[in-house]
Amino acid sequence: MASNSSGDSSSRHQTARHRLSVIAGHLQRPADSNAAVLAVECKAQGTTPNIRTGVRSEGRTVPRRRQEIMKWNGWGYSDSRFLFNKKGQAEFTGKRYRLSGMIIPGLKDWLESTFGASLQHKAPATPILNSSAVQPPTVNEAFVEELRSTGVPFSHEAEDRVFRSHGHCLHEIFALREGKIGRIPDMVVWPNCHNDVVKIVELACKHNVCLIPYGGGTSVSSALECPPEETRSIVSLDTSQMNRILWIDEKNLTARVESGIVGQDLERLLNESGYCTGHEPDSMEFSSLGGWVATRASGMKKNIYGNIEDLVVHIKTVTPRGVIEKSCQGPRMSTGPDIHHFIMGSEGTLGVVTEVTIKIRPMPEYQKYGSVVFPNFEQGVACLREVAKQRCAPASIRLMDNEQFKFGHALKPQVSSIFTSFLDGLKKFYITKFKGFDPNHLCVATLLFEGDREKVLQHEKQVYDIAAKFGGLAAGEDNGQRGYIMTFVIAYLRDLGMDYYVIGESFETSVPWDRVLDICRNVKARIVRECKDKGVQFPPLSTCRVTQTYDAGACVYFYFAFNYRGLSDPVHVYEQVEHAAREEVLANGGSLSHHHGVGKLRKEWMRETVSTVGMGMLQSVKDYVDPNNIFGNRNLL
Amino acid sequence: MASKVVYSHRDPMLKKRDDFEDMLEERRTTSDLRYALKCYTPALYKGLTPCKSSELKNMVLQSDQLLYVINQLSKETGTSTDEIEAEASAILEEMAHRLQLSTVRFFAFALSKVFKTVFRSICVNEEGIQRLQQAIQEHPVVLLPSHRSYMDFLLMSYILYTYDLALPVIAAGMDFMGMQIIGEMLRMSGAFFIRRSFGGDKLYWAVFSEYVKTMLKNGYAPVEFFLEGTRSRTAKSLTPKLGLLNIVLDPFLKGEVFDVSLVPVSISYERILEETLYARELLGVPKPKESTSGLFKARKILSEDYGSIHVYFGQPVSARSLAEGRVNRSQFNLIPRHIPRKPAEEIQDFVNDSAYRLVRAQEENMVLKPWVLLASLLLQNQAAGNKQGMQLEELTDQAVWLRDLSRQFGAFLHWPDNIPPSKVVSCSLSLHQSLVRISEGRVQLTLEQGGRAEPGLPLPAVTPEEELLNRAVIILSCASYRNQALHVFIRPALLASALHAASVNRKQEIFNTFSFLRNMFSDEFILRPGAEVQDFEEACYLLVKSGALQINQQQVLVTDRGHRTLAFLTSILDPFVQGYQMVCRFLCEEATEGLTEKRFVPAVRKFITKHLLSGRLKYAEVLSSDLQKNALAALLRLGAVQRLRGRGEQGALKVNTVMVNSLEDTLGGKLPTQKPVAARL
Repeated sequence: MASNSSGDSSSRHQTARHRLSVIAGHLQRPADSNAAVLAVECKAQGTTPNIRTGVRSEGRTVPRRRQEIMKWNGWGYSDSRFLFNKKGQAEFTGKRYRLSGMIIPGLKDWLESTFGASLQHKAPATPILNSSAVQPPTVNEAFVEELRSTGVPFSHEAEDRVFRSHGHCLHEIFALREGKIGRIPDMVVWPNCHNDVVKIVELACKHNVCLIPYGGGTSVSSALECPPEETRSIVSLDTSQMNRILWIDEKNLTARVESGIVGQDLERLLNESGYCTGHEPDSMEFSSLGGWVATRASGMKKNIYGNIEDLVVHIKTVTPRGVIEKSCQGPRMSTGPDIHHFIMGSEGTLGVVTEVTIKIRPMPEYQKYGSVVFPNFEQGVACLREVAKQRCAPASIRLMDNEQFKFGHALKPQVSSIFTSFLDGLKKFYITKFKGFDPNHLCVATLLFEGDREKVLQHEKQVYDIAAKFGGLAAGEDNGQRGYIMTFVIAYLRDLGMDYYVIGESFETSVPWDRVLDICRNVKARIVRECKDKGVQFPPLSTCRVTQTYDAGACVYFYFAFNYRGLSDPVHVYEQVEHAAREEVLANGGSLSHHHGVGKLRKEWMRETVSTVGMGMLQSVKDYVDPNNIFGNRNLL
Repeated sequence: MASKVVYSHRDPMLKKRDDFEDMLEERRTTSDLRYALKCYTPALYKGLTPCKSSELKNMVLQSDQLLYVINQLSKETGTSTDEIEAEASAILEEMAHRLQLSTVRFFAFALSKVFKTVFRSICVNEEGIQRLQQAIQEHPVVLLPSHRSYMDFLLMSYILYTYDLALPVIAAGMDFMGMQIIGEMLRMSGAFFIRRSFGGDKLYWAVFSEYVKTMLKNGYAPVEFFLEGTRSRTAKSLTPKLGLLNIVLDPFLKGEVFDVSLVPVSISYERILEETLYARELLGVPKPKESTSGLFKARKILSEDYGSIHVYFGQPVSARSLAEGRVNRSQFNLIPRHIPRKPAEEIQDFVNDSAYRLVRAQEENMVLKPWVLLASLLLQNQAAGNKQGMQLEELTDQAVWLRDLSRQFGAFLHWPDNIPPSKVVSCSLSLHQSLVRISEGRVQLTLEQGGRAEPGLPLPAVTPEEELLNRAVIILSCASYRNQALHVFIRPALLASALHAASVNRKQEIFNTFSFLRNMFSDEFILRPGAEVQDFEEACYLLVKSGALQINQQQVLVTDRGHRTLAFLTSILDPFVQGYQMVCRFLCEEATEGLTEKRFVPAVRKFITKHLLSGRLKYAEVLSSDLQKNALAALLRLGAVQRLRGRGEQGALKVNTVMVNSLEDTLGGKLPTQKPVAARL
């Protein structure tokens, strides 16, 4: 959906509104009555936001009690989920997303034909958390006493603790659905500001308590899992209430933000002032600024705005040794190795990021989606490579392989008119019959352009011209936009799959250009072979897409899922396959991770990734900063 | 010493092998013409990007790999890249195949006619064909047939055409190209031609390897080549050559394909077309140059009976599973893959090891005919000095005993059990009338020039040397049949010889001697480097199972009934032991300053002839240049002989007399195995 409102940005307020409609475009269903969507309507919380900087605004997305709006054993909001209605049609509930309340007619067939799943075979989740399954907390009385005197809120409640004991790895969610709960934090604290964090860390050091920072809880690297061998009291430090924008500096185009703010709130609040960060990871609804810093996150639109390491100007972190920060906000420094790089990617092993100065940009005037169909994946990759070579990548460019293209099709909501379906049929006919594309080989690139209107149109032409050289056909804005919608709902879809014996997950890597095709082919084939070897009864879904382009390579995302009926220990099989797939990634010149991080899931490969000396360097930093392993989540090293 | 090692080998007797079908049967009943013109629609590789052979050449010439080498060479030599490119293009033109279905159809027709006349049957395991068909669709396939005859590759294409499988492209030696029309016809039936040696020529290597890799990666066609590099003149498998295997494994190792299926194919001939030709070549009568007219002269072959052929398509071996846990593929991450690099040691070891495994897989599925056993027995009898030959009944008895033994050792023996043994024996003998005759109930080799004028043999000899040569032709021909079974017996035979030589019972010492012998003969037989302990355990296992030995913690004891087995096994290895000793003695006694590798064979042959004529040596097969060369290779490898560089083209040889002498004595059992062997049990 292109935002067509005029480029006349006379008033900032108008720009803000415009910008919101853009975000709403891929997060939310269009508002029925009002053409310009208000910020309020984007999110579930109904209260009017207060945008005075420096003051906590009410109506943030994430309340202290997450359980009020979010699922305890699945992805996202409690009110939004896929289900099969009485007619056996797939439907997405709730009101939050564009897809909400819609029927998705193709999903059932896709699920059945891709996985051999059947609506008759259901694997329902445990509906409510059984508190008796939760181990009673190990309480460090002295710590709790002193903490109480500081006035920082905390909780020992089972629900609060369970919520902060996991990220969204398959094994974590699978266990929750089965009502199995392992080692979880013994208490949760909600600091309100940097100084609260300083107090908490001091007390933790004093009483030898293990701290695990918790931001948005969207980790997919087992980073939030409590080490089962940990005997100390584990305290989950939830930053979600540190969610203010402290100031906006329009001269330097920076903003000082508390680390607990989640992506959608940050964008919304900045938008109200006419700015954005442009950092939009797929998890941006729930993931937090501090989490991005701690995992070296990457956003969909990094081609314009950069990845987190390009966006961050200043970081304040509380460690057991004290607070670490730079003394100035110079845009670049030659002062030895950049201490920010010890913090970025430290995955909560060194301390808690409390405040970040981040670059901001004026909101783009114009945004346009697009898509290109290629006869095959090879041509698509060649096109992306050329686009990267000419350094003319749009804000986002993603190439889906054939399986994902089909998957995208299955997610098409019910069309409203006969005319649209007729048009669809015509398009399909044109591409497959007239242009001779094999529907089992063709693949689609989705595009997102951003900037001022004229430049966007020019840019668009340039990209489509390159695509044409590789046999690409422009395939319309709708297809492009649908691709980006899929990003936000795909996590919900996994929960649906799990209701019907289908488990799966995605993982990512980055790889030099000359290896892209090889790694895609080999990793997908490896997944298929491993599933077969491990006794999976049905052919798995093994698919990939190229999601980011760089000068020297690309980021590749793999999705894999299978029907686990007939397996006695599906999670174990799943983990073995994922392990093999990662080995294959590394053998084919891929990195251990592009942006998900290492956590505990990929720790075993760290040494070969960064060399023994490299490990020693990281270890010595850890030993100096946190000699008693207060930040004891045991990620990374 | 851990003799309580659990024997992990599968029982060789339980080895599951497929059944055979005679593919000539249908040819004898239906029209050859219709067959040659049949609809041919093979299943193809699923990732195939269809292209013509001209496009293929372009892909090769445009490849990063080749362009890189061309640029490098241009910088080194100052020649313009255009010139080098033209040169590359010419090399490719000379090399490339021009596979045409019409030519294949012609061959299908012509070969049907020939095969039906010459062979009784061509038996193929159809399950293997089915596995192959599956494999071709899944991954790029490399066909690795054994190489015993010129027939091999035509036969392979003939079979694949018959079963509607994708026709392979075949790496063939340049010498075929000498055969004018035939050379071109072979090219059109899928052969591509490579020079026999191009060691230093970077451009040639780049074109060649890129050509093969491109065909493999694109799934253009199965790539076929002979691991042994050349036809084995002795019917023993040859030490594998690694060049082409390196090339076909490279795309997998570098991640350019998910996997490569390596399919060992065992082709066994009941009677080899080149039988006496090989023997004479080994004796120094030079090999006739391949020529079309020569081929026509060979047409007298058509009037003879060459029995049957068995072709066994083995289990496809996945390159991926071979490399699993052995090769760290991420070693290719840090240098662009198109820059040629000498393979790391890890890779070389892996390729070498894989090559041995594949050759052993070929050996295992070689069909042995009863005649192979008879030849072994007759040769031993002959060497024992029984000029009169053997009584037919005695031969039959011994053959039955040997049949049972070889089966216990896992041989793929085709002995029809529903026919009385005497019948089996006489049938086998009758097919090999040129080598063996029965007179007055006694079976003997046709050593004396009797009434029959042997085709292909010169007229009755005059001098003793000539007579010896004529006898040696027969003996070497027979030996080539015995050799077919050597892979079955070699490990137990090494153990038996070690027992014999060590003359003690201590297991460790026997292992040391076993290792010594194994090491000595590792150019002669297929013995996988580094597998001493495994081989020793396999030998122990087989001999214990057959009741010849009893082995406890420390000792190896021969049972009463074991003597016969051990004697047979020792005798099977004896010609080689004595042959190597002979070579050692020659080097000590007669090697002069100026001995070169080129002059080595004639000189040692003369030396051996002298010993044979004087009766000090009984094995005429020691005259085989193959054995002599292998012995020299072993001595070079062990450092007992050195190549001196820089003295003319043919490196001169420098003999370490003390070491050669002691090796000879150790072989003869006069000295205990000296060197402490690194591998402990």
